[in-house]
Amino acid sequence: MAAYGLLAPGGLWVIALFIVPMVAMISISLQTGDAIGGYTLTWRFANYSEALSKNWTFVVRSLRNGAIVTAVALVLAYPIAYWIAFYGGRFKNVFLFILLLPFFVSFVIRTVSWNLILSDNGLVLGTLKDIGLLPDEYRVLGSTLAVVAGITYNLLPFTILPLYVSLERIDRRLVEAAKDLYSNRTEAFRKVVFPLSLPGVFAAMLLTSIPAVGDYVNAEVLGGPGTAMIGNIIQQEFLTARDYPEAATLAFILMAILLVGAILYARLLGTEEVTT
Amino acid sequence: MSATRVEQLAREVAVRREPRKRWTRFILPSYSALFMLYLSFPILVIVLFSFNDSDVGFGTAPRVKTTWFGFTTAWYGRVFEIPDLTEALQHSLLIALTSSLAAAGLGALIGLALARYRYRGKASTDFVVFLGISSPEVVLGAALALYFVTLGVARGLTTLFVSHVMFSIPFVAVTVRARAAGLDRSLEDAAMDLGAGPLVTFFKVTLPLIFPGILAGWLLAFALSMDDFVISNFVQGPATMFPTWVYGATKVGIPPHVFVFATFIFLGGLTLAGIYALTRLRATKASV
Repeated sequence: MAAYGLLAPGGLWVIALFIVPMVAMISISLQTGDAIGGYTLTWRFANYSEALSKNWTFVVRSLRNGAIVTAVALVLAYPIAYWIAFYGGRFKNVFLFILLLPFFVSFVIRTVSWNLILSDNGLVLGTLKDIGLLPDEYRVLGSTLAVVAGITYNLLPFTILPLYVSLERIDRRLVEAAKDLYSNRTEAFRKVVFPLSLPGVFAAMLLTSIPAVGDYVNAEVLGGPGTAMIGNIIQQEFLTARDYPEAATLAFILMAILLVGAILYARLLGTEEVTT
Repeated sequence: MSATRVEQLAREVAVRREPRKRWTRFILPSYSALFMLYLSFPILVIVLFSFNDSDVGFGTAPRVKTTWFGFTTAWYGRVFEIPDLTEALQHSLLIALTSSLAAAGLGALIGLALARYRYRGKASTDFVVFLGISSPEVVLGAALALYFVTLGVARGLTTLFVSHVMFSIPFVAVTVRARAAGLDRSLEDAAMDLGAGPLVTFFKVTLPLIFPGILAGWLLAFALSMDDFVISNFVQGPATMFPTWVYGATKVGIPPHVFVFATFIFLGGLTLAGIYALTRLRATKASV
């Protein structure tokens, strides 16, 4: 009984502002009408097929960007997580703190800062153009490259932390044992360290891919006309077009894709591996 | 076998195990150093460009420029010049402070229940906490905004507050649960044996023991709230927050004042983290 007493205040808050809105969103996604006359629930499931066919490019683009970001972030993050966990020594916490520094500046402003850095005649491109390494008309802003690079940058701390936690937990004696049994460094890494770090890899993939697919700030600040993602469309349908059923439909589709993905992924690996 | 002989053997073994050429051992440390520089680079740019003498527009409002014009501290003197921006920052601080305190309290209780009790529905509590943490922000934002519109609730500071509390609760809950799960229950049993009632035991034993977890959860909630853009953008209505104001300004150009405020927020964050680290250090020393 005591447990329910502890749960009640926060639980009610979460039910009222998370569960109920999610259910309400599903009901809104089945409504028809227009912004002026209002919307009524007509159980119109065709909303889903229409929204999907209309926004198919954005759904595919978001999933593709998410996949690229996740792969790149894992490859970039693994070596440094490994280095801090195995060679960080007394300074482990200092290094981790440095990696978390970006969190102390709002992520919108970090993205704006990248816009400044990557601008056509800014710090990086301006310099490269001045010394003749790049043609004058070369630009990064507005491209998929800029969007993917921006999302990767913003999510890297989320990739590093779970990797670090799982690498740090590995019993060093196992590596020693591998070497005693005549493994060289590469083999010891491939056969002992890497398999033991897999739970961290899986957690990092979840923590990186979900926000990456749903992101729209990078596409807005660093991207151009051809880089809009599903998040941009949801925001636009809600705030600008006021087409509430379509916004709800798209949000539910995004949620469903990511949730089904995450649950299948967890089932495939066993929940233990994902949550611990 | 003498100690020196053992050391010598150990050294030989170590040499045999380090067949790497000299230069290769610098790859990983250099990579890590470059990586840390890369992660901090945008912040260095923000701090640097808050000193950029970019007031070169003729009669137009000052904007952040992409090139360097010279050093000035003028923006620091003029930082409160834009009333809307100042107000947005006040909103952000107000919501971050109030919502993180509320979320710390509510989330801590959930974390404690999850760590301490077996009850019917525990699996669903776990699932909801997982959902809350892993839902894409744009979905949370859209769901909340549609909900407020449907209910006919005017969006503003109140909806910002309730939404921020909601998305922070799961994060506090997992932080506190991690702390409470590692606690020795016999300490509480001892307090009870010595005649303390459940309430006294809670306030004198349990609470002080899980307090570091609550503190960490509160700081996390504060940081999440200050940083949040997506959900705020959906539920703010006519009120603006610091990140949403900046986002709105990107279309016309960002005034340098934003970078000054960002520098201050960065320093504020560093200070908070420093204080937290110090209290943890003192606590670990005291417990040894």
